[in-house]
Amino acid sequence: MNKPLRRIAIFCGLLVLTLLLRDNYLQYVRADSLKDDPKNRRVTIARYATPRGDIIVGGDPITGSTETSKSGLNDLKYKRTYKNGPMWAPVTGYASQAFGATQLESLEDGILTGNDDRLFFRKTLDMITGKEQQGGNVVTTLNAAAQKAAFDGLRKRGGKGAVVALEPSTGKILALASYPSYDPSSFAGNTNDDAAAWKKLQKKYNPNDPMLNRALRETYPPGSTFKVVTAAAALENGKYTSADQRTDSPLPWVMPGTSTELKNEGNIPCENATMRVALQFSCNTVFGKIGSDLGNDKMLEEAKKFGFDSEQFTPVRATASVFSDDMNQSQTALSSIGQYNTAATPLQMAMVASAVANDGKLMKPYMVDELQSSNLDPVAKTEPEELSRPLSPKNAQILQDMMQTVVEKGTGTNARINGVKVGGKTGTAQHGVENSENPYAWFISYAKLPDGSSPVAVAVVIEDESANRDDISGGGLAAPIAKNVMEAVVNAKK
Amino acid sequence: MSSSTNSPTHHTSTIGAIGAPSRRNTELALLVFAVAIPVFAYANVGLAISDQVPSGLLSYGLGLGLLAGVAHLAVRKFAPYADPLLLPLATLLNGLGLVVIWRLDQSKLLQSLPNFVTAAPRQLLYTALGIALFVVVLIFLKDHRVLQRYTYISMFSALVLLILPLVPGLGANIYGAKIWINIPGLGSLQPGEFAKIVLAVFFAGYLMVKRDALALASRRFMGLYLPRGRDLGPILVVWAISILILVFETDLGTSLLFFGMFVIMLYVATERTSWIVFGLLMSAAGAVGVASFEPHIQTRVQAWLNPMREYELSRQITHDGILHSDQLQQALWAFGSGGTLGSGWGQGHSDLIRFAANSDFVLATFGEELGLAGIMAILLIYGLIVERGVRTALAARDPFGKLLAIGLSGAFALQVFVVAGGVMGLIPLTGMTMPFLAYGGSSVLANWALIGILIRISDTARRPAPAPVSSPDAEMTQVVRPS
Repeated sequence: MNKPLRRIAIFCGLLVLTLLLRDNYLQYVRADSLKDDPKNRRVTIARYATPRGDIIVGGDPITGSTETSKSGLNDLKYKRTYKNGPMWAPVTGYASQAFGATQLESLEDGILTGNDDRLFFRKTLDMITGKEQQGGNVVTTLNAAAQKAAFDGLRKRGGKGAVVALEPSTGKILALASYPSYDPSSFAGNTNDDAAAWKKLQKKYNPNDPMLNRALRETYPPGSTFKVVTAAAALENGKYTSADQRTDSPLPWVMPGTSTELKNEGNIPCENATMRVALQFSCNTVFGKIGSDLGNDKMLEEAKKFGFDSEQFTPVRATASVFSDDMNQSQTALSSIGQYNTAATPLQMAMVASAVANDGKLMKPYMVDELQSSNLDPVAKTEPEELSRPLSPKNAQILQDMMQTVVEKGTGTNARINGVKVGGKTGTAQHGVENSENPYAWFISYAKLPDGSSPVAVAVVIEDESANRDDISGGGLAAPIAKNVMEAVVNAKK
Repeated sequence: MSSSTNSPTHHTSTIGAIGAPSRRNTELALLVFAVAIPVFAYANVGLAISDQVPSGLLSYGLGLGLLAGVAHLAVRKFAPYADPLLLPLATLLNGLGLVVIWRLDQSKLLQSLPNFVTAAPRQLLYTALGIALFVVVLIFLKDHRVLQRYTYISMFSALVLLILPLVPGLGANIYGAKIWINIPGLGSLQPGEFAKIVLAVFFAGYLMVKRDALALASRRFMGLYLPRGRDLGPILVVWAISILILVFETDLGTSLLFFGMFVIMLYVATERTSWIVFGLLMSAAGAVGVASFEPHIQTRVQAWLNPMREYELSRQITHDGILHSDQLQQALWAFGSGGTLGSGWGQGHSDLIRFAANSDFVLATFGEELGLAGIMAILLIYGLIVERGVRTALAARDPFGKLLAIGLSGAFALQVFVVAGGVMGLIPLTGMTMPFLAYGGSSVLANWALIGILIRISDTARRPAPAPVSSPDAEMTQVVRPS
């Protein structure tokens, strides 16, 4: 009987071995994916087990952490709080006990909870000394005054809109506002009140979609502001070499391959106008023809250099702006004046203004300056990074000159600031079937200090359903907000 | 006359020469560790949860130590040559189980559940009763061969035990599986745990008598020895009973356990591989057949194939009439979150499993808090218990003892595999519990009885030179002696 007994012994051994292998698979191979699964409640418990680190703007935290009330079964010890939540929501995102986390709150969760591997030493030290684990801080590049100017401007306007301000020399994001916005504090906990507040903010129940981050995640037809890109393409491709060279621009101009005339807004001096004049009066015919002459490929190449057609990670993801690659001449003409398929995020248009202001060098936009441990030791610092060179320095200066004319005596006079050179471009983009809906009002601009440095570039977009159609023009609605944002940055520099 | 000359089958490495050391002192030394480790673990849990050594540490330590001491003294007195590892291993598992059950008692989440009871004191009581049963087995079962007399009574009792949960008014349906009975004033009982032992006694007694008929009268067909039609009877009956358990009690685990145990014992008794093939075919056919119409089994299989889907379904209102449970997914998360070294005693969140966290799913808490290292250690302890059981079977001098020992060890191994495999998502989940670790009186009592029987068989097996007077051979010789 002993032979089968030995075989049964081997069989039992195999059973145990199978269990051991399975356990190794579960607790070693799959351990990390199970541990970090967002549906695994432990992730949420860890996120709120200790006071969460803060998101910092200009030395002051814009977030906080309070102890959750001990009543009932709440296994989450702390709750997130926000200072001036609606204003900063496009930057922070939210961290909610019930509804997860987004944007910086989610991307930098490891630092904020203190679980990041880079904080391992600190964590171990805290564990040994018996101190409660503390989250690290995320220091942003934002400028509180600029952000306030941007958000207040949008709020006073009352419609929907977004503002992005960048520091051209580094790519630092100075302002990132979206309106209407939401207060992430209102649903940070997991009570019934939080659930009700959350529900009210969803697009299903709120057509204004306040939780949409319009500065990064919404694309709008850029309208005439895109003419800056077209002008850059003309200069870079050598089609025209100066701002004051007469262009080959007949009026009226019929788009190639069609019998449709491209119209200008009103009776403006566009026939064979110089690029300076064409930009000053926002001539559709001049820039439409430039785009059509250069062709789809060259326009696309220049647009891509400005950042079109790729997502940006700031580190919060921004939707890719669009310039199509399969258009005929007339479609290219329309796209070159920011219509047809062309669509851009406010961040994208701020990048355009920023590249021009930075003498043709486009810096990668970013909003996290530094990650700190709980005792403020730096853990990681973001270094400015060049993304591309859409313009040569010489061409950049020609374009700056043209954009400054727009603000001095063109459509953008509302953005003038005393003692500071401002260059800008207005835009009014049509949308809807047969242009039935209200146009978007755009303004992009930058400020240049007397010493030649440029501290800020801005893009503002307003979609104002309540305003009269004729009233909407970038110069009227958007330029004053851009001016306030630029002033806020410039005044801080002084 | 020494054991090695008595019969060639007895010659194994475990039986040393005549006068083999009893190893009782080894057992005592191991027991000290088996008690000390859970006591340290208990202190550790208290420090982790409330920053202080639990107030019950002394009484708990003394209690466990006392129980282990009593068990040891009983073995010393009544089974001096028993295997020295079985008692310490069982004590260690039982002690660790108590710690984890106490740890889960501290969970606010579990305390909020409607059926919450403070389980640790009860489990300590069950442990005391279990060890009492262990001692009783050692005292009254002087020789395991006595059990042979009760072969058919065992069969009858096993059937009664298995049918009990189906008796109206007595049986209790807990989360779909009907494997409990309610005894007023005492709580619920899982008769299946006891049926395991009683059935092993029946199978061993039956097969010992019939093994020659089953082994020799067969036809050879395609390399397999096919049994005669009438010899197929017993396996068909056991198979039918397993299927009935599966259908009426919807308990895949118990069904698999009994059938598996029978096939193992049949194979050992007859040395015919064909039985294994038959057994596998029949159990596969039975399981698939029943699963095709039994919704409870189907749900379990679905949950096994896609635990995440089941988790999602458990969080919404479904109208399919099936109770969806997120337990398996929660258990998998617990294992994964434990990682290699675990979160440490008392610092995991395995209470998220909620229902049955301290019984069917107790292994998940070990997985999370002790990590891969801890689970591997525990699995190896189980493996070691099985190995000692198999060694006992090898060393046993009589076929009944061999069959009983291998039946009990095999069933123990199958149970560990079915439960651990289920909790770790290797096979569909069944309603059984980890021996010694899980909360539950029936399980603790039955498994201590099982260890008691194994210790008795091993004592008989390792005992040096049985007295010639008690040898049946010698008596027979006397009978034929001319007067």
